[in-house]
Amino acid sequence: MRVLVGVKRVIDFAVKVRVKPDKTSVVTDNVPHSMNPFDEIALEEAVKLKEANHAKEIVAFSLGPAKNQEILRTALAKGADKAIHLEVDDATYQKVEPFHVAQAIAKLAKDEKFDLVFLGKQAIDDDANQTGQLVAGFLNWPQATFASKVETEGTSHLKVTREIDGGLETIKVKLPAVLTADLRLNEPRYATLPNIMKAKKKPIDKKTPKDLGLDLTSQTEVLEVSEPPTRKGGEFVEDVPTLVKKLKEKGAL
Amino acid sequence: MFRGMQSYCVDPTLGLNAEQKEIQKLAKEFARNELYPHMEEFDTMGKLPRDTMKKAGEIGFGAIYCSEKFGGTGLTRFDASLIFEQLAAGCSSTAAYMSIHNMCAWMIDEFGTDEHRKKYLPSMAAYETLGSYCLTEPDSGSDAAALRTSAKRVGDHYILNGSKAFISGSGDSGVYLVMLRHEGQPGPKGIFCLLVEDGTPGLHLGKNEKKLGWCTHPTRIITFEDCQVSVSNQIGGDNQGFNIAMMGINGGRVNIASCSLGAAQNSFDLAIEHLKVRKQFGKPLADFQWNQFKLAEMAMKLVTSRLMLREAAQHLTEKTPQMASLCAMAKLYVTDTCFEVVNHALQMHGGYGILKDYPLQQYLRDCRVHQIIEGTNEIMRMIIARDVLTNANYLTG
Repeated sequence: MRVLVGVKRVIDFAVKVRVKPDKTSVVTDNVPHSMNPFDEIALEEAVKLKEANHAKEIVAFSLGPAKNQEILRTALAKGADKAIHLEVDDATYQKVEPFHVAQAIAKLAKDEKFDLVFLGKQAIDDDANQTGQLVAGFLNWPQATFASKVETEGTSHLKVTREIDGGLETIKVKLPAVLTADLRLNEPRYATLPNIMKAKKKPIDKKTPKDLGLDLTSQTEVLEVSEPPTRKGGEFVEDVPTLVKKLKEKGAL
Repeated sequence: MFRGMQSYCVDPTLGLNAEQKEIQKLAKEFARNELYPHMEEFDTMGKLPRDTMKKAGEIGFGAIYCSEKFGGTGLTRFDASLIFEQLAAGCSSTAAYMSIHNMCAWMIDEFGTDEHRKKYLPSMAAYETLGSYCLTEPDSGSDAAALRTSAKRVGDHYILNGSKAFISGSGDSGVYLVMLRHEGQPGPKGIFCLLVEDGTPGLHLGKNEKKLGWCTHPTRIITFEDCQVSVSNQIGGDNQGFNIAMMGINGGRVNIASCSLGAAQNSFDLAIEHLKVRKQFGKPLADFQWNQFKLAEMAMKLVTSRLMLREAAQHLTEKTPQMASLCAMAKLYVTDTCFEVVNHALQMHGGYGILKDYPLQQYLRDCRVHQIIEGTNEIMRMIIARDVLTNANYLTG
């Protein structure tokens, strides 16, 4: 089984995100970035599949500017065999949407005959939760999203436990398939220093949008990005009926 | 205060190449996840966090600058100082012990035989076997070459008698690298290095000392009473012991300085955040000029410390003739200066600074220790003074 793992470079979760004064987006220049945590989980699961001899090769993929090489190197250090970097400039990247990323992944999956596309369930910057589902749609492949447990069923199927609103759902999907990783799937290992050194020798293939016939026309337009309103003080009420009345007044009930 | 769009002038990633940044990031991540949330607990428990250290070993933090041949990570001293700086932000005391352990592993790697390396390095790299550096004695600290613990050669064994003091890691360590005097041979040339395994009959452990700082690892007096150790455990040549001890400690000094720097950097960042949030007399503390000027001074101290440290690390990597003096200079300057930074940061927190719920007091106590161990800051001055007085200067050549 050959696995394609999509990894996104996002603002590190510990950073205090700030909105640009012109309200077009958040500040990303000189802000610490990392691999999207859900993508780390997807990569870790792929590595575990390889260690259990269910997967033969893991290829990490990222669409983005030159800086994305950093997280591809991290992916190589964490166990990917090779990496593919679909490079676009910063200005173009600002307008890239899950729709475009999904197209790129779908094309790669088909052309290079991957058996499994493994993504994080969503990115922590846009929380879109679309890419995996779109890829499955483009390829007409089965999808198992919000995976919290992945097991093999022979060489043709995967049994996946999904975290859904009602609890846990277990489904069986036929390969090739698309999976997206949820938080409790695993705990990603640290890249080791020796692996970081070895990763320098692993290949990163460069591709352009043209190579994949990618149409980067925007589907959406961002009108404004602003901070949530600052929290105002609350008030104490004497009893429950008053509380219910206040909640109704404020439209919460 | 308006929000700027770039990283601040004290950014520890400045000046690093991509690979160094990756190493630094890994150490930062490890410190943030595995050390920082537990640093108070480690300090109170007063024991080495062995499980956490094993995780660190898996990543390659156990023998950072030992050669890869026997399980080391094969990185440079510069890389090691980046790592310890980040680990120290998570727990300065544990990072300091880890640096001592790394120093011991290096001494075996550099001066031992292939048998020594094969036997000890893999498990030291994994933090399964811990190492202790034994030079100081109850009667010889700064005057290290006056050590008295003796070794008498009898057949293919040495018989050891004497005591070593302030031994970090003792009790947990699997190997003790002991500097000993050949019976009857005075001066530094009479000293050699012997590896003594834990559990060797005649090796007695004293009580675990109660300390102001460095509470996350044990410190004891260890005593040898007719302790018999095979000659094959000798590390390096018959008269090389003092040399080995000094070579090891050069690196040790850079690493300890890194531990002070990491603690100071995080203290500084915590102080900045506190000053922005805490209000008195109707405005944030960050709006008072005294605090602003103090922050500026602290920032400068951090940047100069980092420069001094990186310069010394570079000299060490290149094995220049000036390396010992630069390492002494870095240790002296950085441990003193960073203690001041931590102290100011604690002051800026007001009453909160002295509460054990806040890390400032722990950083302070640990950094205070760094000004004394691995050669007192007075001895560092002695080394530098000797260098400038005995060597050729720029004027007379």
